[in-house]
Amino acid sequence: MGKFQLITKGLIKENPTFVLLLGMCPTLATTTSAINGMSMGLATMFVLILSNIVISAIAAYIPDKVRIPAYIVVIATFVTLLQFIMQAYVPDIYETLGLFIPLIVVNCIVLGRAEAFANKNSIVDSALDGIGIGLGFTCSLTVLGLVREILGSGSAFGFKFIAGDGILAFVLAPGAFLALGYLIVIFRKLTSKKAE
Amino acid sequence: MAVQSSFKNMSLCLLVICLVCSALLAGVYALTKEPIDAAAKAKNEAAIKEVLPDVAVTIEEERTVDFEGATYTYNLAYDELGNTVGCAINVAPSGFGGPISIKVGFDINGVIWNTKVLSQAETPGLGAKCVEPAFSDQFKGFDPAQKTLAVKKDGGDVDAITASTITSRAYAEGLALAAKVFDAIAQTPMPLEADVEDSAEVSGSDPVIPSEVEESIK
Repeated sequence: MGKFQLITKGLIKENPTFVLLLGMCPTLATTTSAINGMSMGLATMFVLILSNIVISAIAAYIPDKVRIPAYIVVIATFVTLLQFIMQAYVPDIYETLGLFIPLIVVNCIVLGRAEAFANKNSIVDSALDGIGIGLGFTCSLTVLGLVREILGSGSAFGFKFIAGDGILAFVLAPGAFLALGYLIVIFRKLTSKKAE
Repeated sequence: MAVQSSFKNMSLCLLVICLVCSALLAGVYALTKEPIDAAAKAKNEAAIKEVLPDVAVTIEEERTVDFEGATYTYNLAYDELGNTVGCAINVAPSGFGGPISIKVGFDINGVIWNTKVLSQAETPGLGAKCVEPAFSDQFKGFDPAQKTLAVKKDGGDVDAITASTITSRAYAEGLALAAKVFDAIAQTPMPLEADVEDSAEVSGSDPVIPSEVEESIK
């Protein structure tokens, strides 16, 4: 697999949201607007890249039986670092994402990539994998957030284009499931055509 | 890939990882503590300025008041001459998604000057609209002595947010509570009088503000 493919596979073939269906909790909860979705995606990507790098560097020295606790400690450390940094320099975004920043620790994407990729690949490959999967997650969340924002609030990236409210249900939890479901259908349709 | 697990190397490995991680966290915590505190302080001060009359130039340190078994924090504000011009009280009524932290500014007569949501976890697109001027501007100049701080559904004078009665109700309740806390503060002569003495001479005005406040509230 080429280096370039390591990045692109995260966007399409192994898209964490639309294909692997991982990390659904932040996906459904934080995508009430395009900006929120994108911020969550970027925050996860930051943690993913750094944890992939560190875990691929230390994997060889960790006894097999304690690898999961070891990975979780590494991931939790990066999440807490991110939390401090966001709180200090971008307090507004930190407030919007609230609880979901600490929850990146238990995001299956991050631990999943540590277990499935980073612990058996080189540091550079793991970093690229982190970038790819992170980008895939960010793009998916931004698209989902955008769709929900357009339908639910009648705005895109915070710019209102219709007066009044949209279909409020799309901002709420049921709309999240609905929008995600239809996006997966569309994504599958587009990618399956490509495969043929 | 991995090393054979034994009790010794497992404990050692986790110990080393935890040590390194906690050292790293302690370092970053120390580095970011200052900006985090500064950001919180700046936000708080900006909020106080926003909810109080423009003539308020000096914001006093936070004070606390006990009211009906709970403790509330508030800040007094003074104008250039040192007269008390307002009071910003913090309340946190329970909304739909947890407490809504609101700063409520009163002028000296107990009329709400402005309100500001410091933090909330209401539903985006619904209850979260309580931060928007379309809802919160109705409280500018709201006199709790004349009008009732309850949503119209409950017989009050507050226009609720569409489809967000719980949030609107919580907001109104929070403000009603703040008004009661303001009364409690006004009836305690000490805080409103404090620190005005020196500048009162300069201004030549009557420094006995608390009685005025009490009257106007009655």
